Amino acid sequence: MANKLISEMGLPKSIANVFSARNILTAKDASSLSEFELMELMDVGLEEVMAAVLRISEISCPPYQTALSLLEQRNHNEYLAGHLPTGLIGLDEALCGGIPFGVVTEFVGPSGIGKTRFCLKLALLASLPTSHGGLGGRVIYIDVESKFSSRRHGSTGRILVLQPASLSEFTESLQKLKVSLLQHDVKLLIIDSMTALPSGEYGQGPPKLGWHISFIKSLAECCRIPVVVTNQVRSQVRDEASRYVFQGHVRADTLEDTSKVEYHLVAALGIHWAHAVSIHLVLESRSGKRLIKIAKSSISPSLGFFFRIDASGISFLNNEGEEMTGPEANSIHCQGQSGIINYGHEALQ
Amino acid sequence: MDVSSLPISPSHRGKLISAGYSSLSSLSSLSPSRLALDLKISENEAVEILKVASGRSGQDKIESGSRAIVNGAQTAWDMLHEEESSKCITTSCSNLDEILGGGIHCKEVTEIGGVPGIGKTQLGIQLAVNVQIPAEYGGLAGKAVYIDTEGSFMVERVLQIAEACAQDMLEYNTLLRRDLVDKQPKSFLDNIFYFRVCTYTEQIAVINYLEKFLSEHKDVGVKVVIVDSITFHFRQDFEDMALRTRLLSGMALKVMKLAKKFNLAVVLLNQVTTKFVEGSFQLTLALGDSWAHATTNRIILYWNGNERRAFIDKSPSLPSASSPYTVTGRGIRNSTSNCKRVKLM
Repeated sequence: MANKLISEMGLPKSIANVFSARNILTAKDASSLSEFELMELMDVGLEEVMAAVLRISEISCPPYQTALSLLEQRNHNEYLAGHLPTGLIGLDEALCGGIPFGVVTEFVGPSGIGKTRFCLKLALLASLPTSHGGLGGRVIYIDVESKFSSRRHGSTGRILVLQPASLSEFTESLQKLKVSLLQHDVKLLIIDSMTALPSGEYGQGPPKLGWHISFIKSLAECCRIPVVVTNQVRSQVRDEASRYVFQGHVRADTLEDTSKVEYHLVAALGIHWAHAVSIHLVLESRSGKRLIKIAKSSISPSLGFFFRIDASGISFLNNEGEEMTGPEANSIHCQGQSGIINYGHEALQ
Repeated sequence: MDVSSLPISPSHRGKLISAGYSSLSSLSSLSPSRLALDLKISENEAVEILKVASGRSGQDKIESGSRAIVNGAQTAWDMLHEEESSKCITTSCSNLDEILGGGIHCKEVTEIGGVPGIGKTQLGIQLAVNVQIPAEYGGLAGKAVYIDTEGSFMVERVLQIAEACAQDMLEYNTLLRRDLVDKQPKSFLDNIFYFRVCTYTEQIAVINYLEKFLSEHKDVGVKVVIVDSITFHFRQDFEDMALRTRLLSGMALKVMKLAKKFNLAVVLLNQVTTKFVEGSFQLTLALGDSWAHATTNRIILYWNGNERRAFIDKSPSLPSASSPYTVTGRGIRNSTSNCKRVKLM
């Protein structure tokens, strides 16, 4: 939409010519300038400029629909109104049917907790035919950490595995995906994991994955498929960057007594990524049991479910789930974590 | 007053100056045909120039102390009347409504920001539903425009909140033993106009197009425009920060104009970022300091221990206060915890 050519917008000939003479060729170029700037640049009166800008905006503006027609469309066109059931009843109920289409769902947790198991489960489920509760389509599994072993986890011809070895390969595969998603009837995209590549290469904090974030989101939306990503954790001092100016400062004594400071693990990739993800499922271990919490979701309350992984797969201990209160839902506890990673904060030493 | 400050195209300005018209007073008693002859332009263009010039010099008259009524101004008394009689959009949480002075006000731009997961989209959806509450229940009976830049608008959730709102209205019915309008949840969804925006160009285009949209739908009565969120497309990889500031302030002015012209409320949802302040990193709303001046009201949603709270960070008329709220299956509601007191800061 942003790259729509002004020459094709049906503006009056004279002004369209002026636009192209001044090298303002796309809608994006025109919106980057204010009306006064355009007037100066094109040497045209203000009223004409405003009329032209209005016309360009009207055309490059996305179409609107009422929320009702959106709902009806989803109900009509999509499997279960746009959800992939996970087979775990409590979770499916909390998520109004399952992992939603068109948005990015994230599994975050420390290593070994079961994120890849969840991904594999979803991959298998999606590849099943619709008569068996699946989506009946292909699955693209981007396996960054090379954990996918079809020998161990079962295989079907419908799961396509990509194993990019570097960030640039990853970027390339993402770009090519856009076309293949539609061509090959892909119903699910899994990226396991988002953080493995960058930390391997740079080793100093999360690099800018800004483009990747928007691209993955746009893939999810225009193809209306669920996108599942996994995310690792990194240590962070609890009170760092979690307060606003008006909340006052952390009392000095709590910082000095390091034994009292809780080290909460925070998902890598930072707060920017956290805003882009729509559903946040946090996995952690608590008193020896594994727990999956719905940390951020606009359609479900904060619930947590204890689960276990055994030879037959993942199962919930209790389908009702427990209420997770407060910001605890967003933080990850990891017991038995020895060796605290120093985040470079002076006070900790 | 100088001709060079008139908003006309450079070539016209150049012609005016070379023809000897350097001040506005020289244009004040000129006829269009005379001007057209002097500048060698068409008469229509001359009329345009004179219109612009007279608009400007109208302001001059005020400076010289004449009794001419200023075009478009209102007396403060009229404004007070208007404000007192205007209704607010309730947030369904009475504590929050209290610190907001009744709710979200029309003719104002309110910015709401917070960390992910605090409930910004929830509040946005709640407002989009609440604006439709009929006048008999104290609402505005208006429609909503929801501009989604992040894709966080989940239709299932809107349905949940709409159902809860309809249920609340039914309860109200039975309490007052009146047989008022019975709204179906789905009719709530029918009154929310949803725009999905994928780039900043589209975001600017929507804001520009909204004026036309609102004029066309004037009888329909859109009373709230919610942008969720304004930040998203301006954060990633925006190389030219000066351009960003310009675009954002342009957008802020336009939405303010829309709010005033169509008498509606504009709600902008914002994200957070960290800022290095006084020796440590603190949370602050994104888009920088220059944006902070652009909106009328600023509300920050934050965690205080285990409860969610809303804080009035900036408002021309409300005191700084914070109040708790919760997000339930039915939408935004009062928090049921013990420490419910509204804290004045």
